[in-house]
Amino acid sequence: MVPLLGCWFPDYFNDRISRKPPCDLHSRGETSPPHLKRILRAFFMSFVPAESRAWPAEGVTRVPYWVYQDAEVYGREQERIFRGETWTFLGLEAEVPQSGDFKTTFMGDMPVVLARDENGELRAFENRCAHRGALLCLKGSGNTRELACVYHNWTYDLQGNLTAVAFRKGIQGKGGMPRDARPENHAPRKLRVAGYHGLVFGTLSDAAPSIEDYLGPEIAARARRVMKEPVTLLGGYSQMLPNNWKLYMDNVKDTYHASLLHLFFTTFRLNRLEQKGGVIVGGDGGNHVSYTMMKTDALATEYEKAGVRSARHGYRLEAPELLESVDEIGDGITLQILAVFPGFVLQQIMNSLAVRQVIPKGVNRTELVWTCFGYASDDPVMRERRLRQANLIGPAGYISMEDGAATGFVQRGVAGAPEHSALVEMGGRAVASDESRVNETSVRGLWQAYRRHMGL
Amino acid sequence: MNVADIGQQLRVENLFTRYVHAIDEDRLEDWPEFFVEGGAYRIITAENQERGFALPILSASSRAMMRDRVSALRHANIYEAQRYRHAVSSVLLQPVDAETVRAVSNFIVVRTLHSGESTLFASGRFHDRIRLAGEAGLPQFEERVVVLDSRVVDTLLAIPI
Repeated sequence: MVPLLGCWFPDYFNDRISRKPPCDLHSRGETSPPHLKRILRAFFMSFVPAESRAWPAEGVTRVPYWVYQDAEVYGREQERIFRGETWTFLGLEAEVPQSGDFKTTFMGDMPVVLARDENGELRAFENRCAHRGALLCLKGSGNTRELACVYHNWTYDLQGNLTAVAFRKGIQGKGGMPRDARPENHAPRKLRVAGYHGLVFGTLSDAAPSIEDYLGPEIAARARRVMKEPVTLLGGYSQMLPNNWKLYMDNVKDTYHASLLHLFFTTFRLNRLEQKGGVIVGGDGGNHVSYTMMKTDALATEYEKAGVRSARHGYRLEAPELLESVDEIGDGITLQILAVFPGFVLQQIMNSLAVRQVIPKGVNRTELVWTCFGYASDDPVMRERRLRQANLIGPAGYISMEDGAATGFVQRGVAGAPEHSALVEMGGRAVASDESRVNETSVRGLWQAYRRHMGL
Repeated sequence: MNVADIGQQLRVENLFTRYVHAIDEDRLEDWPEFFVEGGAYRIITAENQERGFALPILSASSRAMMRDRVSALRHANIYEAQRYRHAVSSVLLQPVDAETVRAVSNFIVVRTLHSGESTLFASGRFHDRIRLAGEAGLPQFEERVVVLDSRVVDTLLAIPI
């Protein structure tokens, strides 16, 4: 039926894409009233499959806006990306330091328990009871020997094995499960878990490469640079963003926006594009690192010449101790943002260290989970410094609050333009590392990886 | 309650009333003046507080840092036009010494965006330490800790609570 519709449907029902003038119908004596035409059009449109979505011919320099809007695309992302051959960041080892510690999180839409079992091994499994599918762990974190589903008290060990079924044999010989029932075969899915220098990732895929290969050597080295020693938690919170999850990821990967959108950054010379730095694209394009070396700024005046909004003069902090920082890693890099496909960010902004998890919550809603940390070796002065610099990040962050707004502006801006595309040609059309951050190479890398996983 | 206690309660509630009117009427430049010079302000989540984590969502440890925050909101940060409406209740005082009192109170904040959308943006408690006779003889905050009930902030938190 669909191919047949494809032949005559556009000419009759869709004036916009018909090559004939709309009045043609009437001049031939056509008598269908307009509202009937609309109803029929809506009816036949419902037969047009979502697979008719095609990526623009220009490739990764275009991002079609339907990719942020389409519920079927969202469903396919869950299957092919989050439950596919990717590694999802689940948390820091420091969040589950002791045997029996657990936390709950998500791999895309899928609820997950991350735990440290009685042998001290990291385990992750689906947070779904084998019986009727209820969450088997309701708490955000804690320490326990076993998990029991509250619905019918089926219990699990911290490896995700079903260990007991309440009244399995019935009571006094009545009720209970058939002898040949095998509820263990319905147990929640177990994830492959990989710890990498304190970062914990999980995947459902046996085909996904090792975490080190998945990161790629350059990105892995930059992850080790921040995760150089045992870490200690400072706390966390979430930011609920009014946009598709990919808009946040492409914001993180967009090195071009930082000094244009974030005036606070620019004015205090934390990140001016003319400062020394660069962007490294790794993995299959979906991972990147951008970095800045602050002390190399040579008082360039490119912004002022260009008249950019964010280059205002005379804006000075009364309390500059907010920005007082130390080069604790010792390489002069004051800012490093590292992102791993699909939804992980590791951040060093001066002495503010954090991981961010990008968790999709529907087509146009995303939870951004921030977890801030320091090193176990921090003295009280360093700890205070990190807490003070927390003012730079998060939902009230001097240099991050705009991101939540800007990505929401895109979601709203493209509402009527699913068939139009974003233009991603800064720094050329390739996916490659570069010394210039006036560049969208890592954004193109994101879409390269995305298209490969999605088959789009 | 004796008459002295009632007087103290009214003075503290009057401080809270002036504070929320200043914020809700967008007189943010007045905000630091409700604090003593070295006063501290921070917004944290109840979850972090209960787990013993010190991480703030926003913090300032002096009036100068508060003025910087206001200055950034006025000149640097980008956020959509919005207003807050505070409701503060259940103000419970606990004396510390002759000059100082602690107070715990409940609040809710409704945020209305320029598009017309009103939402319950935040709820929680203020934990305050108040100097009863601050500048001009009026009470001022030595410390105001805003404890949010939720661990989640919708979109962004620009204006102090």
